[in-house]
Amino acid sequence: MYRRPLPDWKSEYLDPERETMSRTEIAALQVDRLRATVAHCMNNPVYKERLERAGVSPESITCVDDIRRIPFTTKQDLRDTYPFGLASVPLTECVRLHSSSGTTGNPTVILHTQKDLDEWANQVARNLWMVGLRPDDVFQNSSGYGMFTGGLGFQYGAERIGMLTIPAAAGNSLRQIKFMTDFGTTAVHAVPSYVTRLHEVMVEQGIDPRRDTKLRVLAIGAEPHSEEQRQRIEEMMGVKAYNSFGMSEMCGPGVGFECKEQNGLHFWEDYYIVEIVDPETLEPVPDGEIGELVLTTLNREAMPLLRYRTRDLTRVLGRSCPCGRNHVRIDRMRGRSDDMMVLRGVNIFPIQIEKILMQFKELANNYLITLTTDENNDNMTVEVELEQLFTDDYQRLTALQKSITRALKDEILLTPIVKLVPKGTLPVSEGKAVRVVDKRTVYK
Amino acid sequence: MTIKQLSIFIENRSGALLRILEMLRDNGISIIVSTLGDTDGFGIYRIICNDPERAFRLLRDKNISATITNVYAIRLASNQPGAAAEIVRLVTQVGVEIKYMYSFLFGGCGIVVIRPDSPDKAEEAIMLNQLDYITENELKKIDL
Repeated sequence: MYRRPLPDWKSEYLDPERETMSRTEIAALQVDRLRATVAHCMNNPVYKERLERAGVSPESITCVDDIRRIPFTTKQDLRDTYPFGLASVPLTECVRLHSSSGTTGNPTVILHTQKDLDEWANQVARNLWMVGLRPDDVFQNSSGYGMFTGGLGFQYGAERIGMLTIPAAAGNSLRQIKFMTDFGTTAVHAVPSYVTRLHEVMVEQGIDPRRDTKLRVLAIGAEPHSEEQRQRIEEMMGVKAYNSFGMSEMCGPGVGFECKEQNGLHFWEDYYIVEIVDPETLEPVPDGEIGELVLTTLNREAMPLLRYRTRDLTRVLGRSCPCGRNHVRIDRMRGRSDDMMVLRGVNIFPIQIEKILMQFKELANNYLITLTTDENNDNMTVEVELEQLFTDDYQRLTALQKSITRALKDEILLTPIVKLVPKGTLPVSEGKAVRVVDKRTVYK
Repeated sequence: MTIKQLSIFIENRSGALLRILEMLRDNGISIIVSTLGDTDGFGIYRIICNDPERAFRLLRDKNISATITNVYAIRLASNQPGAAAEIVRLVTQVGVEIKYMYSFLFGGCGIVVIRPDSPDKAEEAIMLNQLDYITENELKKIDL
């Protein structure tokens, strides 16, 4: 029977050599790989023209900071060159294509060679190993398959470390739960809003995840979520929940993942150069300050991307960690710069609202923010689900409504309209949750 | 001394009330009296029925927010004007604050349902004045 060789399963690291590199070693590797990536990008006419115009040649890269001479790549570039215009290898070398839905414009296409897929699986495998998953675990991937990279990305990564892997895909909650109990699932990957949905169905079915399942690890990602939401999920499911970051442009999941310290996501700097820049000036911001995440791929063949503007807002937490990995620790995403709502001149992120709502034990997990225009004024309505009717008293419900309003106002500096609705009223999606509906007529 | 009233949290949306009523109907729950208040965004639908505990379990299984509240259902001394006033006078005399109240006819006799702020004081008023109250058993026996 063929079995891919695995490291000592008591080792904390799947790839000790890469994972525990010192900062100096990381920088040295990054310069080499950046130079090679720039050289490789010269195979693509769009990049070649841009790099030459900026006066960047492979030889001119002598340190990691030289990356700042390279022009940014945006999602619009991917749209403009749709479908194959940013490929740096002939199409015959490619074995896989992923495409975004294109709901907000032209779709985008990401191509992979066989080596790209292998490296992608290695990254995901590294993450899963890092949080203690081993070949005897049973991994249920309750994430969308098909074009959504969370499906195949985790599938290949989980198989690579030898776990029994169930491509359960998203949806059909009853079947998901049956899989968990019947197959002895120990780890699940899903978007956070779907985990809370699964828990609701478990409660309806009289299933206690602690008593009736062997679940111990959750990988959650693809939706920005607050620390409070994570703790709630851990509490309800009786597991450790680790934040996962990925984006199809970089391959998919695997780009960054929390270690057992749960203090930021390690972004793998042997695969990516991570920059945080001011979204207005595009200048780098100091560690600890919030800015837009910019990523450069360092070992992609089919479609390397230089200084890709992710639109995700976050900050650097540190460049060392008690787990022994010195790969940069990035804070959980604050939301995307295009998720940001501007209301009466104030910048607000859905995650700020979520953080406050999660502090109210009376509320369930789902919420919906609606923006409207009334008499030329922007208004925000926040609908929240009541976990249980804890009282029959209008006054107490109104008091709860008021204290939620006050807490939100303290956070976002505007007074929203808070509406209590019964549990199960708000739309639940089995993909990414829709949290904001913008009905404003005068924009934004 | 109390009876169980079912309070259901209901959203301000068409179809929400119907959904609950149909569910109770399909499970053979008889509503004896019900009252629906409204505020801006939500309502509490209060029901007295023949089997509040079973109704509560049904709602809970359907994930509908509901709670059981103990209320006092006091039989009026007569169906003459002033009978309800007399009950309210006796109850508030001992310092009870009435949070809400509604009334209905039961077996031809007027009943006022009272939710007091303090059950102890309400019971004191009932005992002192020997007010006639309705029990759970009477409601269960109702043959509709």
